[in-house]
Amino acid sequence: MNLDNLLPNLGEWLRGVGPDSDAVVSTRIRLARNLVDFPFTNRASVPQKAEIVSRAREAIARAGLPYQLDYHDIPAMPSLDRQFLVERQLISRELAAVLDGPRGVAFDAQESVSVMINEEDHLRLQVLRSGFALEDAWADVDRLDDALESRLPYAYHSQFGYLTACPTNVGTGMRASVLLHLPALGLTKQIEKVFRSLQKINLAVRGLHGEGSRAFGDLYQISNQVTLGKSEPQILAEIKEVILTILQYERHARAVLLKERKQGEQDRVARALGTLGSATMITAEETMELLSIVRLGIHLHLIEDVPATVVNQLFIQTQAAHLQKLVGHPLDGEERNAARAKYLKTRLRELGTPKS
Amino acid sequence: MRCMFCENPATVHLTEQVNGTKREVHLCERCARERKLLPHPPGPPINLKALLNLLTLTFRGQPAAAAPPTRCPSCGLTPAAFKAEGRLGCGADYELFREALEPLLERVHRATRHAGKCPARVRAATRAARIEALREQMRVAIAEENYEAAAAARDAIRALEAEGITG
Repeated sequence: MNLDNLLPNLGEWLRGVGPDSDAVVSTRIRLARNLVDFPFTNRASVPQKAEIVSRAREAIARAGLPYQLDYHDIPAMPSLDRQFLVERQLISRELAAVLDGPRGVAFDAQESVSVMINEEDHLRLQVLRSGFALEDAWADVDRLDDALESRLPYAYHSQFGYLTACPTNVGTGMRASVLLHLPALGLTKQIEKVFRSLQKINLAVRGLHGEGSRAFGDLYQISNQVTLGKSEPQILAEIKEVILTILQYERHARAVLLKERKQGEQDRVARALGTLGSATMITAEETMELLSIVRLGIHLHLIEDVPATVVNQLFIQTQAAHLQKLVGHPLDGEERNAARAKYLKTRLRELGTPKS
Repeated sequence: MRCMFCENPATVHLTEQVNGTKREVHLCERCARERKLLPHPPGPPINLKALLNLLTLTFRGQPAAAAPPTRCPSCGLTPAAFKAEGRLGCGADYELFREALEPLLERVHRATRHAGKCPARVRAATRAARIEALREQMRVAIAEENYEAAAAARDAIRALEAEGITG
């Protein structure tokens, strides 16, 4: 698979459909697994890591999965391609740029299933779904896990469960994350309150790109912290309950906005579209903030002529690695901002002059 | 129980978990007051530093805590490296560093025991062990002519075997 073939596609997580897609972008579940008889990745030698890659690749090839997972070797990959896969949520920043030695990723053409090899743990199985789909994502990743487990003996302990390099993942090895778009809660300054209550019940809130990343464009990732002492369905049910409550708050805040300051919102959306369509220099952060306003405008039916999928497309294509692939050559920061503005202008012009 | 410092009956009992090791202190009221563990009413609150000092001492008759492992023979991880990196080096470390791990797991997860999915081969092995134990129970029951118990064990074995077939 040539990675450039992915460029025009949206990938599963940005399809913009699925349950509750007015406020839920995507659902992701990952399982951390390690092979018995090998040290964890951080203490494995290069030959051991190579052996882990070869065993994992063979197990993936023979697992009889209903989809095909193509393997991509990370050390052999140019750094732009690695960044491209990070932006598409198929690999972590760590696998791309921090870790060393033999490692890679296998994923399917829909970009819904990915297996990272030699990340912090030997295997990181991941399933992505658009919209709010914890049960479906769990069923998929559980099946993938069973299929691989029958060919790869996992490190498992009768008391501690699935053993992981970091004790914060031990037990189920499961991290379920839901990516939410919460512009109305942000606008009405209620977001901090929501997050304070989340921390109290042991759920983590992060920006789009995981740990330590800032929340741009009102996108927040909510995930479980606890992996030990509860079953997977129990953990998922707890997250689900909390997300449903947050969705209620967000929808309520949107309804209030619409009722109390529809005119003002309409103006904000029109200005956001205006800036996106006429700027000659624009940063990724500003693009995300403006696209967030447009996305809200679409869901509040303040604009009719911009489909939600276009917002997702603009969102992914304006990220650094995507932009450089579109242009076909490397760009420095300033050049990127100019190229981003040019791309946005062209795409929005294609849609016709947006009316508000 | 007697006070650890004098022969008076101990009326103050303190327990503390330090790195997975439980330590207990038993004192009479006077010794506890002398060591500032009890406030003189309406005195200051309990002196935590003094308590920690006591807990880290070894008392008569009480063996010192077992020395922690210095290095994992399989991956080479040392307690210092674990402390610095927060990462374990191999599966065996979970046993080796259990003493340090359990309080940590308790703090992070509020639990120390897995309650979720388990690999099929582990499930099968657990089931086989349970069937073996039930067979033994059945043999004993038959020898004792306790046919009701023998039948119950037989039914339980059949149920487990059926579970194994359906997966």
